[in-house]
Amino acid sequence: MNERHVYTEYHPRWLRSRPSTYWWLQRRAYLSFITRELSSIFIAWFVVYLLLLVRAVSLGNSNYQAFLEWSRHPVVMVLNVVTLFFVLFHAVTWFNLAPKAIVVHLGRKRLPGSLISAANYGAWVAATAFVLWILLAGD
Amino acid sequence: MADKITMQVTRYRPEEESDATVQEYEVPCPKDWVVLDGLNYIKDRLDGSLTYRWSCRMGICGSCGMTVNGEPKLTCETFLSEYGNGPVKVEPLRNFPVIRDLVVEIGDFMRKLVEVKPWIIRNKEKLLSEGEYLQTPDELDEYRQFSMCINCMLCYSACPIYGLEPGFIGPAAIALAQRYNLDSRDEGSDERLDVLSEHDGIWGCTFVGECTEVCPKHVDPAGAIQRYKLTAALSELKSFVMPRSAR
Repeated sequence: MNERHVYTEYHPRWLRSRPSTYWWLQRRAYLSFITRELSSIFIAWFVVYLLLLVRAVSLGNSNYQAFLEWSRHPVVMVLNVVTLFFVLFHAVTWFNLAPKAIVVHLGRKRLPGSLISAANYGAWVAATAFVLWILLAGD
Repeated sequence: MADKITMQVTRYRPEEESDATVQEYEVPCPKDWVVLDGLNYIKDRLDGSLTYRWSCRMGICGSCGMTVNGEPKLTCETFLSEYGNGPVKVEPLRNFPVIRDLVVEIGDFMRKLVEVKPWIIRNKEKLLSEGEYLQTPDELDEYRQFSMCINCMLCYSACPIYGLEPGFIGPAAIALAQRYNLDSRDEGSDERLDVLSEHDGIWGCTFVGECTEVCPKHVDPAGAIQRYKLTAALSELKSFVMPRSAR
């Protein structure tokens, strides 16, 4: 139980194996995990892009138009499409996690996790519909 | 189905070799034989020097966890017939130091288990004359799932975080902490919060989820950890907003 063993001639040498460099390819869940970790950089970009948009709007129409023009650049568009993919990936992870983290009781009954998940996805769909309505109504 | 199956067993004999080797054995393969039966056959009939842990043979004691064809499994409930014509590759549990052959050193897990105080803590014990601590079936259901843990450590073997950061307190210890936190008779959740809310506690987990996938008792340690993250975050928020009433 004590890690500070006193070495004796007969103390067994433990075999300590280091994880393989490619351990993250061994299982799909490991690959998803490492993809989530690495793709955090795209989530950070998503936030920065949003802040740049808010800044451009706050500086007036010409700045906003310049921001839109810059956003049409192929590099920015490709970056944003990739970012959208990873944002969706993180969102789905979050919605799968929610029913594990949130336990809701209705009276003495515990609501099933699928219901918590469905409520999250429902709120997502409703928020998306609301944003689409604002965009389409604007046209 | 073949009458015999090949088992490729990892050997490590520290007095003879500095690294692990693989030894092949042909064992009978009746349809009711599990991997542990194959190992016992090797030990009894082919090679008495093979070393591994086992005890109950019925998925209760949690001793016989090993890596079977790359997956953390209880060898007493993993049938040889699941692997067709074989071979069946048996290795020690991953993420633990190996003492000999298939026996891993579990001291790290045992120390972490004690750290989360997996027992009922009372601020003040009732007198015996006051009777038992009663509990309703609904209150029992709150923690029953987490109480099914048999400390087999398959979840530690499947957890890449534990493999990369051995300081991580790990899935089973956190699930067992939750088992007592959610027990209506327990009053020790604040004491456990100090251990669990540290960096090597719940926040080390990034929801890989494999601990839940490999758990032979369907404990869902990943669920326990995510649930406790919410509890710890709310507790932290409460101590920030209402510093006097927190704890």
